[in-house]
Amino acid sequence: MIVESPRATRPRVAATVPRAEAIEVRRTAEGLELELTGEWSVHEVAAIEAALAAVELASAPRIRIATQAITRLDLSGAWALSAFVRRARRAGSEVAFRGTPPDLLGLVDETLAGEAAAAPVPGPPSGEPRDRALVAIGRYAVSWGHDLMRGCAFLGRACVTFLASLGRPGRLRPISVVRHVYDTGITAMPIVALIAFLISVILAYLSAQQLRGLGADIYVVDLVTIGVLRELGVLLTAIIVAGRSGSAYAAELGSMRLNEEVDALTASGADPIELLIVPRLLGLAIALPLLTILADLIGLSGGALLCRYLLDMPLSQYVNRVNESISATTFWVGIIKAPVFALIIAFAGCYRGMQVRGSARVLGHLVTVAVVQAIFMVILADALFAVLFMKLKI
Amino acid sequence: MEAVVEVRGLVNRFGSQLVHDGLDMRVAEDEVFGIVGGSGSGKSVLLRTILGLQRPVAGTVRIRGRDITHLSEAQLRPIKAGYGVAFQAGALYSGLTVLENVQLPMIEHLRLPAEALEGLALLKIRLVGLPEDAAGKYPAQLSGGMVKRAAVARALALDPQLLFLDEPTSGLDPVSAAAFDDLVLYLQQHLKLTIVMITHDLDSIFRTCNRVGVIVDRRMQTDTLEGIVQHPNPWIQAYFHGERARARLGAPHGA
Repeated sequence: MIVESPRATRPRVAATVPRAEAIEVRRTAEGLELELTGEWSVHEVAAIEAALAAVELASAPRIRIATQAITRLDLSGAWALSAFVRRARRAGSEVAFRGTPPDLLGLVDETLAGEAAAAPVPGPPSGEPRDRALVAIGRYAVSWGHDLMRGCAFLGRACVTFLASLGRPGRLRPISVVRHVYDTGITAMPIVALIAFLISVILAYLSAQQLRGLGADIYVVDLVTIGVLRELGVLLTAIIVAGRSGSAYAAELGSMRLNEEVDALTASGADPIELLIVPRLLGLAIALPLLTILADLIGLSGGALLCRYLLDMPLSQYVNRVNESISATTFWVGIIKAPVFALIIAFAGCYRGMQVRGSARVLGHLVTVAVVQAIFMVILADALFAVLFMKLKI
Repeated sequence: MEAVVEVRGLVNRFGSQLVHDGLDMRVAEDEVFGIVGGSGSGKSVLLRTILGLQRPVAGTVRIRGRDITHLSEAQLRPIKAGYGVAFQAGALYSGLTVLENVQLPMIEHLRLPAEALEGLALLKIRLVGLPEDAAGKYPAQLSGGMVKRAAVARALALDPQLLFLDEPTSGLDPVSAAAFDDLVLYLQQHLKLTIVMITHDLDSIFRTCNRVGVIVDRRMQTDTLEGIVQHPNPWIQAYFHGERARARLGAPHGA
């Protein structure tokens, strides 16, 4: 008769204290007699393994195992016992059971029969450490190049699709574009306004501290005005939007990919680039300049507030000074950058989102990449603009 | 004999939509119990309620005699360690390999040395009929049938006595589905499992189930396989005596 473990009639407790004894060992003239007792279940495996490891196999030519006193045996317990029996046989002992060995033991042996000796984990790459480093650098460079080429191809397709749909404005998906303007623009207004205000306050405070000693208080206005209009307004807005909307684009498109929604679109004859990508690019290209104007306005207001209360400068004097300090191009130099930044952010988000394949981890990784690359490229583009404007003497 | 799963007077409601209205269900030891019902009849809601993922409006759900409807997350934990669930689409963690997927419940509930973790996980993977090299693969690299098997391997990680399967053969070709039915029977016989299975697959029902519960009109009609096909309810009649079921019952075509 097989040892049938009585069913647990109450819910088992997850973490039981490991008991000292799962085995009673008796030494006889011929070898060992093992009497297995108690619960041999998955919750006891750690204790059982320890007890089995403590059994002295040396000088035990015969081992007899009795399993009748086990109150509960499950697959994990049987696995531990089976591993022990194999170890004992390898050590040269003769193992026998008193009575019939439990059924589950047979199941374990049957399942593990023909077990591959090799572990499924691939070994480390071979070769000299120096060569391996070179190979890694080479691989990285090649994959980087491929990535760049695929990115260009993607950008090219988006541009061609956009230009092709210019002929038929209906294909520009105006409703979808408006939705993206709302999601990336309108809903971003509070945070953009708050950040612009705080930055202008910081800028005014910092410059007031330095310039007051020189008696050049009035130049605080110049610094805030030109700083906000030319650089900080658009740059900070772009960075906020990259964090907000670049990640949203990548995550949205990425989960659509995981869900095979993009494949479904393609299969139905629709062009995902036209339907998903172009409206996002357009939406952000509209929203970001508008946000920049808002940031400029709030930034100048913040400067006015601080000049009024920190430097006791009347508002009329502030406005006059603003008018004197800016030239005709100051505002446009800032705002012209906004659509460029918008395209960079939207493109990074869309491209990385469409690259998602396979798993949730890939999605997380590519969303991170999208935001980091968007911010990096925005700042790089800003630097290039600065050089360009200097050469043009604007 | 005490029931493994016992649901009494279950009521579930979403807004004004009544899903279950006094549903009773009883699953005995060593049974393979099939849950059948039309689309939208509340099979998945029932399963979610039994698993404690959702609290019912009224009624009790007992697992091995213990009512789980009012237990806290912490109190549910040991009960959850006592059963395994294989979800419909596998629900394997996509960022982990099959081996790591199977190991995760063990790491959460047990304190085991690394070799034992690996050995036990590989045993479960082989037990459900997956090749050893599947252990190192990610879910995205597996076929549909392999994902279902891997989900069962993970459900068996803590050697539960009770196994829930949600549409285990959906999306499989007939050959793979039949092989999966064999696996269910094999596991039930060798591990003495009690299995609760939601299914639409008539082949599966006739091959594996001892008893069947059909959800009709927000309640459950339960009977043995032989009994349920004789049930007078029109939906049950249509289900078991439709064009697609006839061949299995041995009724002559068109009779």
